[in-house]
Amino acid sequence: MGNYFAKFSAFGSFAPKKILTNQDLEKMVDTSDEWIRTRTGMVERHIASAEEAASDLAYQAAVSAIESSKVKYKEIDLIIVATISGDHAFPSTACIIQKKLGLKNIPAFDVSAGCTGFIYACDIARQYIENGAARHILVAGVEVLTKITNWNDRNTCVLFGDASGACVMSRAEPSDISRIIDSKIDADGSQGEYLVQAAGGSRLPASHETVDANQHTVYMEGNRIFKNAVKSMYASSDELLRRNNLSALDIDWVIPHQANLRIIEALADKMKVPINKVIVNIHKYGNTSSATVPLAIDEAIRAKKIRRGDILLLTSFGAGLTWGSILARY
Amino acid sequence: MDIEAKVKQIVMDKLGVEEAQIVPEANFIEDLRADSLDTVELVMAFEDEFGLTIPDEDQDKLRTVGQAIDYLKGKLG
Repeated sequence: MGNYFAKFSAFGSFAPKKILTNQDLEKMVDTSDEWIRTRTGMVERHIASAEEAASDLAYQAAVSAIESSKVKYKEIDLIIVATISGDHAFPSTACIIQKKLGLKNIPAFDVSAGCTGFIYACDIARQYIENGAARHILVAGVEVLTKITNWNDRNTCVLFGDASGACVMSRAEPSDISRIIDSKIDADGSQGEYLVQAAGGSRLPASHETVDANQHTVYMEGNRIFKNAVKSMYASSDELLRRNNLSALDIDWVIPHQANLRIIEALADKMKVPINKVIVNIHKYGNTSSATVPLAIDEAIRAKKIRRGDILLLTSFGAGLTWGSILARY
Repeated sequence: MDIEAKVKQIVMDKLGVEEAQIVPEANFIEDLRADSLDTVELVMAFEDEFGLTIPDEDQDKLRTVGQAIDYLKGKLG
């Protein structure tokens, strides 16, 4: 417990214009609309153009979040970006966004935690706010996974889409009802090989061979991930509720990572939360990795589903393996 | 309820098949038309029902109704 409380001031999101439907995918790989719908719940996803990179998407979401808050650009004192598909290995996408926003003399860095990235970044931001080191933090989750997708692998290429989501996290005033109640992040590196982009780093630097072998794209053992996803998101959500003397009945909205509708349904079932209290937009965007949670929250706020004072449970799971949850009063 | 009856109930609920189809030699994927995620969901339902953990490497051994019942009997017996 720090000296202050943190709160979500506002959210923003952005998805590229181009839409790829299941029918479009039927023409690209051996798959079908029915197969994709029954196994994933996905119907269409947004795809970045050749010119659009992560920072372009994140910048739009960041501007939307800042404009929706009462915070001025110059009051932002830290930028944290969660991404595994940033513009470059370095410099960080956070630094590129800092430049685009015209902000000077503040720190900016990226967080790599796969699809759990936004939860990780918010957990870090919360520590900065609670101990008084920062007052207003821009946190973004952005992913352009379609640029590192193996378009020959029909099991994975149908799953991903591109998008960004962002929030401004601020120090809560004593009069605020909004605050981050609790958060918890976890990892189990021993299972990392189930979900990996093998080449391009120092283990397997880029070469003609790595490109020919498709090792710069997402490799995933979906079945193993499925079970881990449900169990770990349930475990961390359950622990957050328990240690705050809350039950599933106290939650107004669960905002889970949108990786697969059946993971979401299995999680809701295990948590004993009715599915109408779960924010789901996977049919429109597919899995946008670290962007799914802020994108889903932003849409739900703008649709007036999520309102000030609602109790939110954010939970996610991803490469690492990593997972984590946030309990907040919006 | 014994293990066999519980397994049958779970298979009926998860896969939406008739009780008559759930014979020991029925293969979840080939005969009961489960997809790959259904098989994972079945294993998770067994874990919840019987309060045990089925490791990933054991999951591949549970291909038929009979194999699932025998496996669970072995673990719980």
